[in-house]
Amino acid sequence: MKINENLAISESGFLFNPSTGESFTVNPIGAEIIELMKEGKTEAEISEKIIKSYEVDIKTLQKDLHDFSEILRHHQLLDQYEETKN
Amino acid sequence: MEKKRYERPHIVKLDSGMPGKFGMRNDSPPTTHIDGVAVTELVEKYGSPLFVISEHTIRSTYRKAYKAFSTRYPKVQFAWSYKTNYLPAVCNVFHQEGSWAEVVSGFEYDKALANGVDPGKIIFNGPGKTASELMKAAENGSLIHIDHLDELYLLTDLAGEMKRKPLVAIRVNMDTGIYPMWDRFGFNYENGQAWDALNKIMLSGKLELVGLHTHIGTFILGANAYGVAASKLADLALGLQQKFNHTIRYIDMGGGFASKNTLKGSYLPGADTNPTFDDYAEAITTALVNSGFKPESLPLLILETGRALIDEAGYIITSVLANKRLSTGRRATIIDAGVNLLFTAFWYQHPVTPAQGFSQYREENTIYGPLCMNIDCVRESINLPLLNKGDKLVIHYTGAYNLTQWMQFITLRPNVVIIDPDGTAHLIRQNESNDSVSSLEKTPDYLIGIK
Amino acid sequence: MKKQRINIGVTGLNAIDSPGPGIAVIRGLREAKSFDVRIIGFAYESMEPGIYMHDLIDKTYQIPYPSAGTDVLLARLAYIQEQEKLDVIIPNFDAELYSFMKLEDKLRQMGIHMFLPTISQFEERHKVNLSDFGEKYEIDVPLGKAIYDSSEIFGLQKEFDFPLMVKGKWYDAYIAYNMEQARTYFNKISAKWGLPVVLQRFVHGTEYNVTGLGDGNGNTIAAVPMRKQFITDKGKAWAGISIDDKKLLAITEKFVSATKWRGAFELEMMKSNDNTYYLMEINPRIPAWVYLAVGVGQNIPEALTNLALGNDVEPFRTYEVGKLFIRYSYDMIVDRSEFEKISINGEL
Ligand SMILES: Cc1ncc(COP(=O)(O)O)c(C=O)c1O
Repeated sequence: MKINENLAISESGFLFNPSTGESFTVNPIGAEIIELMKEGKTEAEISEKIIKSYEVDIKTLQKDLHDFSEILRHHQLLDQYEETKN
Repeated sequence: MEKKRYERPHIVKLDSGMPGKFGMRNDSPPTTHIDGVAVTELVEKYGSPLFVISEHTIRSTYRKAYKAFSTRYPKVQFAWSYKTNYLPAVCNVFHQEGSWAEVVSGFEYDKALANGVDPGKIIFNGPGKTASELMKAAENGSLIHIDHLDELYLLTDLAGEMKRKPLVAIRVNMDTGIYPMWDRFGFNYENGQAWDALNKIMLSGKLELVGLHTHIGTFILGANAYGVAASKLADLALGLQQKFNHTIRYIDMGGGFASKNTLKGSYLPGADTNPTFDDYAEAITTALVNSGFKPESLPLLILETGRALIDEAGYIITSVLANKRLSTGRRATIIDAGVNLLFTAFWYQHPVTPAQGFSQYREENTIYGPLCMNIDCVRESINLPLLNKGDKLVIHYTGAYNLTQWMQFITLRPNVVIIDPDGTAHLIRQNESNDSVSSLEKTPDYLIGIK
Repeated sequence: MKKQRINIGVTGLNAIDSPGPGIAVIRGLREAKSFDVRIIGFAYESMEPGIYMHDLIDKTYQIPYPSAGTDVLLARLAYIQEQEKLDVIIPNFDAELYSFMKLEDKLRQMGIHMFLPTISQFEERHKVNLSDFGEKYEIDVPLGKAIYDSSEIFGLQKEFDFPLMVKGKWYDAYIAYNMEQARTYFNKISAKWGLPVVLQRFVHGTEYNVTGLGDGNGNTIAAVPMRKQFITDKGKAWAGISIDDKKLLAITEKFVSATKWRGAFELEMMKSNDNTYYLMEINPRIPAWVYLAVGVGQNIPEALTNLALGNDVEPFRTYEVGKLFIRYSYDMIVDRSEFEKISINGEL
């Protein structure tokens, strides 16, 4: 799973995908996760980081992370090229 | 280091609609308390789902309705329509406020008696009264509203055996310009059936004609239809006056006023567009006052208002059981209250609010109940905060018809509480147990056991 | 002497191919002789072109859809009022008028004036009630009936004859040439705009429109008739010309004096082949082509603003006949950051 690297997220949570022209809004934790994905962090690394700073249990987080990446995929925000290579 | 409050990661595509922070100003505030009692506390004590009735709202709604009519007309009487909500505690709030009872079956009739209602203040409506029910009601001096000719003949026959003359009215149906026209109940005005029935009653001499009744439909969005209906009943009353020199005591306009709920398919919310009690009162009383009655002989005006008096007083507190995504990417939320408890979800877009505060992020949601049935959908589309399993929601405007039409289907029915004006909750219907259902079931010996 | 500056909120900024009236209204207001303006745009969607027309609109706020209810709308307007000190609001969408009418008293207490029809005028002229309206005021209207079930069409086909018009409660109108089409349109419209759906007898003839303004006491303050010259595939005028038709003006004055119409309006008229004028529809607001009226000498947005503020307004007596309006579309170049601001903050 690799996020599209040229996504631009502004401070207010506005996300623009230059390759499709679509715009999104994301909440702060969503933006944080996308930034971590852009840095190339694995899912395990991301959960570890989030668990440290948010009040959440691992089961809930894993379910939500999974759902989040599903929806990123749905919106074609994951790198298609990388996707097919794997 | 203190940890931050967690919220699900959330991303939503911007169409040209209205997303982002602004969404926050687009929905109602959370319902953390009902009449001063914390929702969390109610759930801890009584479980989830939970039906909650606000006594304060019943009384204030009733007083508003009564005032709308009594300031415009000298003699006004409400009769609580039992089928709308016949929990004894609820009925008695209405009776304490001065309501009579309006019932449509022997079962409801007995409930009214058991609540202590004076039989002379019970109106007995409906197309399916049995001979023994008619006997009992007539001998008690209750007001019997005749629905069809077979009933008229039956009651005339029975009257011979009775100690007193039955007190009767007829139910009249008519064209008031609204659709659909309810012509399956009572006698039609336009084709002369109603006048014919009145003549039969007057000429038989066995029944005492005390009133005229109509109930033109339910959730009527045009107040003017009531003006038309009142004029037509007035016209019949004046006809009786002329032909038989007989004065009726009351005109009963039935129920049918819209509550604040929003019908499915409506563009604007019902709370903004539905007529108010004042609008209905204006239409009805103007028609009566302007008809041919002499001021001193205006009949008593009876109203059998149901849903408009109780819908807003009812809430269902429910819990989020699960979150899921549909194949389209759409969010779906499953809650523990379904159409088994919320029959009216078939017609209304019930407002649903979270019971706790949330961030400004919202998502489009479909809310499903817990039943394993495709029809179990509480809201097809609603904007809600990012809910987690276990969060509580409050469904509003659920007071009418749900506590009478709910089903013991797939699962058991929950507790019902009423919150008194001082903010104390009282259990008014115990949740069902497996026993309450299975104690009625009988199994022949040869079907006991499965070996 | 320096002119007074008035802060005016305007909706209908969707200057798209089937445009809302907002931009035309704003142009009229900017050309007003009796006052200066600061224009506050109210938008429902983040791509309404007016939001990005900074030479016409000083600041735009998103407002909630009417379906969210008046409480939510009022809360939003109260917030906007704190920032902007509005004097007047001119709502321009059919679907929002009801909510603004309901809020008229509350907004007045906040210092915001409007000049809208009364609720009973609004209801009475509604498509659904047009037949009764025609009868009550003795104005010719085509036979019409509100229906709740597509099976009713069958029973009515003799009375109405094909082709017939099938119209939605709020928007949308189609011509049906047979039973099958009528049913399809009924289903399409009722799914979108709810019930009832209106059937109307189709009148062959030429379409004329009048826009005007009534002062609420029966006086016609403005009235400009127009004939559509060019129509888009959605039936909207793309070009039109001001005309001198005494009969149209007489019907307009009769309409205003009989109903004591308060506020702006557009009458959609059809002149049939036997020279009868039928009133097809009454829109209780300013139409998108109002700038033609401004251009021929009747600045309706300005006059409406003055009426809202309680100023005396002299009726317009004349207008230039034979002037055309020709609409055009125009591509603006907009930075993504602007779209971001309106999308995220609801203000730009
Ligand atoms: C005879 C009669 N009266 C009153 C009512 C109460 O009607 P509503 O709840 O619409 O006010 C009903 C409901 O169907 C009824 O049948």
